[in-house]
Amino acid sequence: MLSIDTKREIKIIQTSTHLDFHDKLGAWKVRWGIDRMNYKVEPGLYRVGNPDGSSPVLVTANYKLTFDSMRKELSGLDTWILVLDTKGVNVWCAAGKGTFGTTELINRLAITQLDKVVSHRTLILPQLGAPGVSAHEITKHTGFKVTYGPVRAKDIKEFIQAGMKATAEMRTVQFNTYDRLVLTPIEFVGTMKISLMIFGVLFLLNLMGLGPFGWVDFYGYMGAVIVGSVLTPVLLPWIPGRAFAWKGWLLGFVWAILVNGLNGWPYEPGYSLLQALGYILVFPAISAYLAMNFTGSSTYTSFSGVLKEMRIAIPAIIISIVIGCLLIMIGSII
Amino acid sequence: MKHQYLKNVSTLKLEQSRCTGCGKCFEVCPHQVFAMMNRKANIVDKDRCIECGACVKNCSFHALEVKPGVGCASAIIKGWLTGTEPSCDCSSDSGGCC
Repeated sequence: MLSIDTKREIKIIQTSTHLDFHDKLGAWKVRWGIDRMNYKVEPGLYRVGNPDGSSPVLVTANYKLTFDSMRKELSGLDTWILVLDTKGVNVWCAAGKGTFGTTELINRLAITQLDKVVSHRTLILPQLGAPGVSAHEITKHTGFKVTYGPVRAKDIKEFIQAGMKATAEMRTVQFNTYDRLVLTPIEFVGTMKISLMIFGVLFLLNLMGLGPFGWVDFYGYMGAVIVGSVLTPVLLPWIPGRAFAWKGWLLGFVWAILVNGLNGWPYEPGYSLLQALGYILVFPAISAYLAMNFTGSSTYTSFSGVLKEMRIAIPAIIISIVIGCLLIMIGSII
Repeated sequence: MKHQYLKNVSTLKLEQSRCTGCGKCFEVCPHQVFAMMNRKANIVDKDRCIECGACVKNCSFHALEVKPGVGCASAIIKGWLTGTEPSCDCSSDSGGCC
């Protein structure tokens, strides 16, 4: 006879609200893109403080940066944390992909046997998990009721103390200067791989005697990269216009004029008019492209909107860079 | 300063005859697109919609419709290049989205 042991062990992991040096170093590293896609905690049931059967249950993702930024806000609370397996991705993006989703939550509830740990039937989900989770489906399949908590972890304590009520402010996604600033290192680092390839090609052209590429090209290009990947994101709401590519182009254009001005153009130009025009075509286009890529990091762009801006921006950027490069090459020959 | 993205692009639709006024869409929307008026949900500012799909997913009465997608240029480019649906699926060497 086959005997099935129906009594599974309930595994609960103790965690704290304190972030140590290791946690802070880890957060700094992922912000700079070091081993970022492998920064995970084990999915499962965790406890903070000394929770009992009536303590609230908070659901989150298994990206360690997410898990840490939540638990550090829970000091003085006794709560359960249910960590879903989102493959090390934050709540909002995982919800978009469906890994922070209805199926995973139902499965995780079964694996952790949460119904045996708590006597109540309420789960607090981060509001940004809502694109992946059907609250009514969860209730239908598990009996647990889903309450959407605040957008930001720092509001959780107030939310619980107010009897699970979120204010309009707690429900709204913001994107303030600091939020944007912390995202810029990864944007900049992300451009370096392709930049090094471009430098390699230009260096080879120089070696073959085909390219006159020098110091001005180098700092002009690097400036355009910084304008697109750092300056535009930080100054985003203050730059006129709505499309990201446009905002990047505008600042890139100012940069190109500045580079030319620094080289004496138009009075005593250190290089030809063709080269100056080339810079005006190439640098803003680079900034525009990188600024456009920041749409993915922003919190207020839609698929339809990004598609609309790309249909215009992508051809314009390609044409501008190609013509600009040709002008620079021709300008160096004649 | 308030962020404002492109106008008249969102695919969000509300079928008010199906709405029971439960307020779930109002609760999950991260950009306050909805307001509850006369016991029904109303779209007060469609241009704030980011097409995340949270409202649709949590409306048990099928009163809402949107083509959900990621507002991420690098995801769309990747979709074009690989011929797949754009998804928030960044690898370690791509930009900062997810």
